[in-house]
Amino acid sequence: MANILVFAESRGTDLRKVAGEAVSVARRLADASGGGEVHALLAGPPGIAQKADVLGRYGADVVLVMEHTALATFARESIAATLAARAKAASYRAIVLGFSAQGRDLGPRLAARLDAPIASDVIDVQVAGDALTVKHPAYANKVVVTLTVTGSPAIVSIRPAAITATESPRTARVETIQPGTDPAASRVKVTQVVEGAKGRPDLADAPVIVAGGRGLKAPENFKLVEELADAFGNAAVGATRAVTDEGWRPHADQIGQTGRQVSPQLYVAVGISGAIQHLAGMRTSKTIVAINKDKEAPIFKVADYGIVGDVLEVVPALTSAVREAKKGH
Amino acid sequence: MKIAVCIKRTPDSETRFRIGASGGAIDEAGVKFDMDDFASYAVEVALQMKEKAGSGEVVVVALGPDNVQETLRKAMSMGADRAIQLKADAVPFDGLAVAKALAAELKAGGFDLVLFGKHAFDTSAGVVGTATAELLDFPCVTAVSKLEIANGKGTARRELEGAAEMVEFALPAVVTIDEGIARPRYPSLKGIMAAKKKPLESKPAQLGPVRVAVKGMALPPDRPPGRIIGEGTAAIPELVKLLQTEAKVL
Repeated sequence: MANILVFAESRGTDLRKVAGEAVSVARRLADASGGGEVHALLAGPPGIAQKADVLGRYGADVVLVMEHTALATFARESIAATLAARAKAASYRAIVLGFSAQGRDLGPRLAARLDAPIASDVIDVQVAGDALTVKHPAYANKVVVTLTVTGSPAIVSIRPAAITATESPRTARVETIQPGTDPAASRVKVTQVVEGAKGRPDLADAPVIVAGGRGLKAPENFKLVEELADAFGNAAVGATRAVTDEGWRPHADQIGQTGRQVSPQLYVAVGISGAIQHLAGMRTSKTIVAINKDKEAPIFKVADYGIVGDVLEVVPALTSAVREAKKGH
Repeated sequence: MKIAVCIKRTPDSETRFRIGASGGAIDEAGVKFDMDDFASYAVEVALQMKEKAGSGEVVVVALGPDNVQETLRKAMSMGADRAIQLKADAVPFDGLAVAKALAAELKAGGFDLVLFGKHAFDTSAGVVGTATAELLDFPCVTAVSKLEIANGKGTARRELEGAAEMVEFALPAVVTIDEGIARPRYPSLKGIMAAKKKPLESKPAQLGPVRVAVKGMALPPDRPPGRIIGEGTAAIPELVKLLQTEAKVL
């Protein structure tokens, strides 16, 4: 029997989707190691405790609630100290968190503080007795590496949206936990949070991504991509490196080897030739649509549905067609 | 200001990889290696800071076998002042083991700032920089897309999912560098000549125990071959039908 600790990530008073995925993975690991408990840290500004029942739904037995006004933004040092103190006080087989902006920062901090092994960005975790193995896409998703992780607690950060969260409902016990260090006294202070485009999901969470490349010819034509995303209604907008390097879009929107790696249900590549660096960021998408004027473009080698044509004509027509199709629902 | 930049030698990202006969490593035959992209952004950031300040020192550090000396020379040809090789037969996949060797070296170095790439192309794990910061007990800011240092204090921008945070931190600090911050310069001929005379010190790496080990490597499953369904706006009804009936995403 072994317990698993989870960092249930939030931003403001919203739980992030990866929190449910992390709890779900932890539930499976606890069950596989003889039926231990899942303990989830829920840290945020006052009011975050209301999200405890969501974690119970995915299989958390205990929710450790830490509320503080300074937790409205990411208090990396305090959260790392809290998780490390908890892991030292109680024995855990593993600590599960997301490989997200927060989790990729926290994971290595915990590894160093606990002198514990860490596996990052995993898409599969298996535990059998003392052996814990993970699968991790490396070399920018071009090679899948199987790693054996020796020692406890094993710190495992999971790739967002790669592992489906399954429900395992229970009523979680809620306990209050004191911060390991004062969240307001960090050596790294968040002075401002700049929100991105409103009303659009993030690339990591969106079931549909519409991405634009240099085939759009000019920055003002990017509105065609935005309009198509709006027609789908639940779509995020991405871009190629060529486009972010030109300053048409912020670097945070870049999909590819050095940018974001995404796996939506539907990926629509607009005016994207499909350089190998771009493919590394999106080739695991479930369905790929490509619109490009060059029928030899490498994007058509991976596109389930390719249309050869001028994006400035095809995309507005597709936008209207998607709007019509949505109306029919 | 004294800046250390920890860099890594990684395969050319355009490589079509094959798995080696052992099943536990890539086949390196014919694969080109160079300074990792993110590491090269970190080197560029350090050089620009030194140039702006008009004084200071940029020290590059790499862990690995003797082939990392070539990567260290490249950083010196870009303008770094000196280099340290932490010699090891191979670079383990275990980021904490590597961080321990780097922290042991950097601890007494008197650095104001230690820079890393946000992760390396090969391991794609992003562990080493942050773990090194913790072992040094330095404040750490990860994956920054803007960085300024003034009056013993740093400010940085860090991308979140759908947002960005601006942070302030004290020095000495560890910062890991994201893309978009600076375009790495090409070494000049003069720089290449000068780099040959710059000091490169080699000493054994004090690696920590390796507890994360490669069991196997495989290529991801291929996608089914692509299909062009038509040309121009005439293909749209067919596309919409396929998205509804076959892909079931509309």
